Amino acid sequence: MSAPLTSLDRPNSYIGRSVPRPNAKRLLAGRGRYVSDLRLPRMLHAAFLRSPHAHAKIISIDVAQARALEGVHLVAIGADLAKICTPWTGTLDHFKGMTSAPQLPLPLDRVVWAGQAVVAVVAESRAIAEDALELIEIDYEDLPVVADIDSAREAGGPLINPGSGNNVCFRSQLDNGSVDDAFAHAAHVVEEEFCFGRHTAVTLEPRAIVAEYDPAAGALTVHHATQTPYQFQDLYSRHYGIPEARVRVIATDIGGSFGMKLHVYHEDMAVVGLSILLGRPVKYVADRMESFVSDIHARDHRVRARMALDAEGEILAMDVLDLTAIGAFSTYPRTSVVEGNQVIRLMGAPYRFKNYRATLEVIFQNKVQTSQYRAVGHPIACAVTERLVDMAAVKLGLDPLAIRAQNLIADDAYPQTSPTGYRFEALSHQACLKRLHEIMDYDALRAEQAELRKSGVYHGIGIAAFVEITNPSPAFYGVGGARISSQDGAILSLTPSGEVRCLISVTEQGQGTEAIISQIVADQLGLAQEHVKVITGDTEVTPHGGATWACRGAGIGGETALQAARALRRNILEIAALILQEQPSALDIIDGEVVDAGTRNQRMPISEIARIAYFRSDTLPPGTQAQLTVSHHFAPQGYPFAFTNGIQGCSLEVDVETGFIKMLKHFIVEDCGRVINPMLVDEQLRGGIVQGLGAALFEECRYSETGQLVNGSLADYLVPMPMEMPDIVIAHVETPTADTELGAKGCGEAGTAAASACVLNAVNDALTPFNATINSIPITPAKVLKALKRF
Amino acid sequence: MSGFDESLLDDADETVRVRFVVNGRKVACEVAPRETLVDCLRNALELTGTHAGCEMGACGACLVQLDGQAVHACLMFTVQADGARIDTIEGLTESGVIADLQAEFHRRNALQCGFCTPGMLVNAHELLSRVTQPSREEIRDALSGNYCRCTGYEAIVDAIDAVAKARSESGGAT
Repeated sequence: MSAPLTSLDRPNSYIGRSVPRPNAKRLLAGRGRYVSDLRLPRMLHAAFLRSPHAHAKIISIDVAQARALEGVHLVAIGADLAKICTPWTGTLDHFKGMTSAPQLPLPLDRVVWAGQAVVAVVAESRAIAEDALELIEIDYEDLPVVADIDSAREAGGPLINPGSGNNVCFRSQLDNGSVDDAFAHAAHVVEEEFCFGRHTAVTLEPRAIVAEYDPAAGALTVHHATQTPYQFQDLYSRHYGIPEARVRVIATDIGGSFGMKLHVYHEDMAVVGLSILLGRPVKYVADRMESFVSDIHARDHRVRARMALDAEGEILAMDVLDLTAIGAFSTYPRTSVVEGNQVIRLMGAPYRFKNYRATLEVIFQNKVQTSQYRAVGHPIACAVTERLVDMAAVKLGLDPLAIRAQNLIADDAYPQTSPTGYRFEALSHQACLKRLHEIMDYDALRAEQAELRKSGVYHGIGIAAFVEITNPSPAFYGVGGARISSQDGAILSLTPSGEVRCLISVTEQGQGTEAIISQIVADQLGLAQEHVKVITGDTEVTPHGGATWACRGAGIGGETALQAARALRRNILEIAALILQEQPSALDIIDGEVVDAGTRNQRMPISEIARIAYFRSDTLPPGTQAQLTVSHHFAPQGYPFAFTNGIQGCSLEVDVETGFIKMLKHFIVEDCGRVINPMLVDEQLRGGIVQGLGAALFEECRYSETGQLVNGSLADYLVPMPMEMPDIVIAHVETPTADTELGAKGCGEAGTAAASACVLNAVNDALTPFNATINSIPITPAKVLKALKRF
Repeated sequence: MSGFDESLLDDADETVRVRFVVNGRKVACEVAPRETLVDCLRNALELTGTHAGCEMGACGACLVQLDGQAVHACLMFTVQADGARIDTIEGLTESGVIADLQAEFHRRNALQCGFCTPGMLVNAHELLSRVTQPSREEIRDALSGNYCRCTGYEAIVDAIDAVAKARSESGGAT
């Protein structure tokens, strides 16, 4: 007997199938086309002189010698670019009361972080441009530096923005239920203050851009290594006053982004302006040192939180204060307050409790801006919540899994609204918890831990449940006035030879967007996947859409492709029905052949339909106009976000002599709804987890008191490398969203969301016999030894 | 900097003729003494498969084979490579010596953005030419100078492991 048929046994059924990415072969052969590889005729190269001061007045700039250097074409200061570029302000209307100073490509009279670009040089080569930087003299006058949360909040302390009353960018409060009452009557209260170090994306390819202004055509083309070409088309058009239709942004292969490359950077805006001033292509690729001081950073939160529980261990309430220090500006156009906003709204999200209060304060300081980076806010909310749950478990004498089983929202209790205001359609915490217990072989790990402790080996086991925000509607940015789309568009054509081209607004950064879109199109049309070509990332070619960020590619882009494919299928079958003198409903498409829907008998290849429609339309019935290209847009409706959930676990060993932590194994059970390509989902989870482990153990942008980044190189800033990383065991639960036909949600943040929380809990678990605790990440060996009072 | 010494620029303008064998072909280049090998490969020779990630030998994106050994092209001046045989990802692809590694990386999706991939492959190729059946631990150790932000490394380790086993079974490598 053969196994029962599943939906995957249907011909051309690609949804749910692990197939390799067609576009990965180019990259494996060294044939990627990254912006940093690009060379255009008459192209010049930009380099930037950066501020050595974290806060200073610019007294004078002398560029005469630099201008005179052979091979230098242009030296531009702030005023030169301010003449052609309108300023931008990183605020959004739905963050009521938030402020941020206007920004320009290069500053006019003041620098606000060490590393800020001050002067641009454009030359025949990057080397000559850098030589010219050496010839520029700038006189600065030091201003008081605000380099940490406390000094930024000090009353009467130095101000970052002259004219403002304080250094506060944004304040927000949530208050639901009766928090004071819950704490007053609680049997148990746990409380802790947590610190989350600044870290940064460290994409292997640094930021890269080539801007090409053609004064004859009045047209700007920007080859921009970004996730969001449409957003930048809009911004370049508006800030440089070029009609949108004459601005083209091309986002080709990109060496990693993770949210970092969707923000406006001063240098990128400057490069566009330099190209306009010169009428020639200008290229800029950040070097690694520049990346560290000018890419957005993330996190930098200090959270004070407490949790109230009753005598049985039922969570009653949470009360949270999140202080987060951004840069001297809020980032444009997505702001620097989204992370804090998500921290206070994701707090406690997996759990059933009603009373919640939170205060968020977003503070300016003289450092590079922070903004959205993979898993925005999630790791902080998750670590705080999950650590408090573990602390409560210890207090109550409960096992970490038991207290979670008791408090996680029941799988049959949906829809639910969290006390922070998020609406959950359907989550599967309990099923995930159960599955995690199995895949970890949790009881055996605990037994092993107890046994090893006897011989002075300290293993820790950490658990962290999480909720992830995916498929964002206009509630994310659009309502705040940002021209950032939450819809996507696709144009699908049947080519004359019977293949399909899909131009779609979601973009590829290596996660496999193009692969899953071709799977969905092939699946819905009834074609072999290799007959579908997907084209992304060119505003001149692909329809306007949100592109890829916040886990929207599969859920929203995928649904767009699905609906477009169904529309094209209808049109193909309509023509087929005319030719075959059948009802369209009596026909189907399998493997590129029109077949009888009932018998699957082959009637005619779709290539023949294409041939007739394109070349012999005279043989079709009069009045027939074949529509073998369809365009389709899809905007998410229903729930404002499609929340996903999951749970992670890890096992690690703490060397109490050296403070070193060895990751032994990591586990995740994840529910991202309909899985389109299991292998690609698993790889998103693995990559995300390792990014979270980096944050947990190594990564921190360390600053001196004077606001200097002291570890801004890849030799000094530690990233997770193969030797330190564990193997990762993955299991899935599938709860599709009912808001779309496809049912897919996102999975890109899930790994990063809970990995650091897991490690924090596991290290504390390992240190239990020593009565030592740790409440900040990264958990460096020094912090471990300090907790053990051995350092 | 009023005390700027004009002779510095003269030095920068000077070029040196360098000859080497790149991907099996004899090549001559006029390079500035300060130019690194990675810049020469990427710019003058248009071999953009070799990537610059950190420019200080920490990330492995620029690994190429120099006289059969994996070296960081960002840590070498082009002039130091005079007379050497250099094989880049492009040459290793064309010759087919890493075809099984590339196929296995593809099958297991052991790459995402692909920026680290050429360096990973050069390093994996070198490892498997030294050790026929490395343990997972040895593979992770060998890759400990190759940074990948996307994959979390496991699929890369799996792919190299699988190729090592397949090569041993087919008796190809000794």
